[in-house]
Amino acid sequence: MSVNVQGRVRSSAAMGLVIRREMALSFRRPDQLLQPLVFFLIVTTLFPLGLSPLMSLLRDMAPGVLWVAALLSSLLALDHLFKSDADDGTLEQMALSGQGLWLIVVGKTFAHWLVSGVALVLVSPLVGAALGMPAHAFGTMMLSLAMGTLTLSWLGAIGAGLTVGLRRGNMLLSLIVLPLAMPLLIFGANATDRAIGGESPAGALYFLAALCVITSTLAPFAATAALRITLE
Amino acid sequence: MWTWFYRLASPPYVYGVAATLTPWLLAGAVVALGYGEGVGLFFAPADYQQGDAFRIIYVHVPAGWISMFCYSTMAIAGAIALIWRIKIGHAVAAAAAPIGASFTLLALVTGSLWGRPMWGTYWVWDPRLTSELILLFLYIGVMSLRSAFEDPARGDRAAALLGLVGGVNIPIIHYSVVWWNSLHQGATVAKFGKPTMALSMLVPLLACFLGFMLFFGAVLCMRLRGEVLNRERQAKWVREAIKT
Repeated sequence: MSVNVQGRVRSSAAMGLVIRREMALSFRRPDQLLQPLVFFLIVTTLFPLGLSPLMSLLRDMAPGVLWVAALLSSLLALDHLFKSDADDGTLEQMALSGQGLWLIVVGKTFAHWLVSGVALVLVSPLVGAALGMPAHAFGTMMLSLAMGTLTLSWLGAIGAGLTVGLRRGNMLLSLIVLPLAMPLLIFGANATDRAIGGESPAGALYFLAALCVITSTLAPFAATAALRITLE
Repeated sequence: MWTWFYRLASPPYVYGVAATLTPWLLAGAVVALGYGEGVGLFFAPADYQQGDAFRIIYVHVPAGWISMFCYSTMAIAGAIALIWRIKIGHAVAAAAAPIGASFTLLALVTGSLWGRPMWGTYWVWDPRLTSELILLFLYIGVMSLRSAFEDPARGDRAAALLGLVGGVNIPIIHYSVVWWNSLHQGATVAKFGKPTMALSMLVPLLACFLGFMLFFGAVLCMRLRGEVLNRERQAKWVREAIKT
C-alpha cells in the first residue's frame, strides 16, 4: 500500500481498497448476490405464463421482457448500495477518513456493478434462450446489458444516496430512478431487437455507450452530493 | 454589492412582493385568457381537417408548455438554493412542483381527449404524450422525495438535487422517446404536422400562452406565500403579518 507524506493512503489505493472490500463483502453473503438473479429469472418466467407459451410471440417480446426484468432486478439490488454501511455508521467513518467522498461512492458503485451487473449479464443468455432468442443475438444482448446495468448503477447510486436515510426508501428509489432509466430501456431493447432480426444494432449500441459515458462522468458528482445531503 | 441580492431573497420581502404581484398577474391572466380562449374557442376559423376538434389546442399546447417551463423554474430555483444556500429558492421549488404536476396532468388529459376524435382512441404512445407522462413521473418523484424526509431542510435539498438530475435528463428522455416512437410506430399516428398556422388561429394561441404564463405566475405567488408562512411560522414578522 502506498502511503504519502501525511500518512494518508493514496487515492488510487483507497479506491482499490473500497472495491476489494465491497467485493469481499458481497461474496461472503452469496444469498444477497443470488437474490436479484433469481428475481430476474422469476420475472421473465411470469411473461410466458401470463401471455402465452407460443415461441414466436415470446421471441418478439423477448428484448422488452428481458430488459424490463433486468432493470427491475438491478434496482432491487441497488437499494443495498449504501444502506447497511449507513445503518452501522461505516459510511460516516469512511466519509471522515480524509479521502474524498466521491472516491468511496465511485468505488462502491463500481464494485456493486462488478458483482451484480456482471452476474446479470452472465445469466442473461439463459433467459434469452428460454424466450426463444436466436444465439447470434446473445453477444449484442450481453454487451447492451453490460452498458445498461453500469449506467443504471450510476443512476441508482444517485437514488440510493438520496433515499439512504429513509425508512421506506425502497419504493421511492424505484419511483425516482425508473423514469430516468427509460432511455436505457429504449436503446437497450432496440439493440437486442435489431440483433434478433439480423440487422446491425450499432446505432442503438452507440447511443447506449454515449449514455453510459455521460452518466459515468456526471452521476458520481450527483451521487456524492446526494450522500452529503443525507449524511450530514 | 450583493446586499440587494440577499434582501431580495429574504422571506418577508418575498412575501410582500408576492402579495403585491398576485392581483396584477391574476388580472393580466383574466384579460389574456379571456381574449385568447374566447376568440380561440368561438371565433377562430375551424381547421379544414380537424374541424372544431382542433380548438382544444388552446388549452393543450399552453398547458404542455407551462409544464416544461414550470419544471425549469423548479430546477433553477432548487439549484440557486443549493449553490448559494438561499432558502427562498427551496420555497419557490416546493411551491412550483404541484403546479407543474397539475399542468402536466392537464396536458395529458387534454391530449388524450384530443386523441379521441383524431386517432380514434384516448391514448396512443405518441412521443410527445409519452415524454409528458414521464415528466409527470419526474414531478411525482420530486414531490414524494421532498415529503419523505422528516427533516424538511434535508428534504428540500434532496428534492432540489433530484430536480437538477431530472433537468439534465429531460432532453435525453425526450429525444430517446422520439427516436423510439419513430422506429416502433409507423402510419398509425396521423401526424398533424406543423403547417404554418393561419394568423387568425395563431394570435389567440399566443394570447393563451401569455395568459397561462400569467396564471402560472399568479398561482406560484399565492402558493409561495403559503410556503413562506409555513416555513417561517416561528418568526416574529409572520405573527405580525397574520394579525394585520
